[in-house]
Amino acid sequence: MMYEFDWSSIPGALPFLWEGMKISLEITVTAIVVGIVWGTLLAMMRLSSNGPLARVATGYINLFRSIPLVMVLLWFFLIVPRFLEGVLGLPPGSDMRLASAMVGFALFESAYYAEIIRAGIQSVPKGQVGAASALGMTYGQAMRLVVLPQAFRNMVPLLLTQAIILFQDTSLVYVSALADFFGAAYKVGDRDGRIVELLLFAGAIYFVICYSASLLVRHFRKRMDA
Amino acid sequence: MAYAWHWEIFLQPAASGETTYLGWMLAGFETTIALSLAAWIMALVLGAFMGVLRTVPNRLWAGMAAIYVELFRNVPLLVQLFIWYFVLPELLPQAWGNAFKQLNPFLQQFLAAHVCLGFFTSARVCEQVRSGIESLPRGQKNAGLALGLTLPQVYRHVLLPMAFRLIVPPLTSEFLNIFKNSAVASTIGLLELAAQGRQLVDYTAQPYESFIAITALYMLINIVVMTAMRRLELRVRVPGYIGGK
Repeated sequence: MMYEFDWSSIPGALPFLWEGMKISLEITVTAIVVGIVWGTLLAMMRLSSNGPLARVATGYINLFRSIPLVMVLLWFFLIVPRFLEGVLGLPPGSDMRLASAMVGFALFESAYYAEIIRAGIQSVPKGQVGAASALGMTYGQAMRLVVLPQAFRNMVPLLLTQAIILFQDTSLVYVSALADFFGAAYKVGDRDGRIVELLLFAGAIYFVICYSASLLVRHFRKRMDA
Repeated sequence: MAYAWHWEIFLQPAASGETTYLGWMLAGFETTIALSLAAWIMALVLGAFMGVLRTVPNRLWAGMAAIYVELFRNVPLLVQLFIWYFVLPELLPQAWGNAFKQLNPFLQQFLAAHVCLGFFTSARVCEQVRSGIESLPRGQKNAGLALGLTLPQVYRHVLLPMAFRLIVPPLTSEFLNIFKNSAVASTIGLLELAAQGRQLVDYTAQPYESFIAITALYMLINIVVMTAMRRLELRVRVPGYIGGK
């Protein structure tokens, strides 16, 4: 006897799955924006000549890069909310899962973005900073007007690739039972006894999105090389 | 807020079994190590094979290897794990599916996680092997062929030994990733390190100690692997190449 597929529970569940996809995208976008901003600051701190500042940034980056994302998320779902309840005097059991997920992802991803951005900054020839300061620019101006614009141009493909990985990783909010796209698919499958179909469907959707995005990255890369 | 620290909690007997909470933690640690190493061996062997296929002149084989890579790279690890664990046993011939379901639960979870991490990582290893082979001057392959070696011999004696030495640094980061990715196996109930951490929080009611200890163990793994791989890097680096002597 072969397994008999029954896809009938998917069409009715599409609005619910779409709600889940919106949560996945919300987390992804927040983490990208915060991650790039905070990651840029971290990268600049790490490269700065201020010893303690550089050490703090390096410690932060190494810490987050050496622990699994699942572990970071568990910290943000199990430990941090209780801590905040105690500190802020919130009623126990407040639902902070979405906020926790966003903060957790943003802090985690910024460590990875920081390393990409650091490499980008270092790819800009040193003489440019010298030239900028010879023109009378301050360090901040040189960074903002000369180095970072060029660095980001070089980094676009890597930043986008990291965004694709980040989007895939958002499925891990499953550990908090938050209904992102994957969580929603799993719930529908569990409810209807159609786990097989829903998991395959979820996998296919992720594949289509991530593969199209990676083709786009390849296109960018080719255009930049040309 | 005053939190009562009780680090000695780990020495107390655990709720089940004849061990302490420390024993639970170490059991999880062992599972994480065993799972990651087993999956790494699979990923290396499979990844090297697929990486070679990616570079062979035969369009069909190279195309199939490319599809393989895209498939495993563009579906989230968690989804892949659930497919191996929940979906595949249903789609296999019934006798196989039943045989899988009759294994003890730990073995089922371990096996699914092992195969999942192995395939997932092999796609990444494959891309590294390919870029290693492609970074070699084309003359090396041609010289090998001109000497009368067959194509498999050229790969075996000329291209792969060099390529592997060149790709040790990126492989290090994949090796580190596999330990971190193994934490995803906690979602199907495998009692590896992260899952033990969750369990410790529930049973000991000492969340901070539990999570700090588990996090520290992951960092320890990271440091040990990094140190070992750096030694290997120094031993195998190729004179004349970037990073070489």
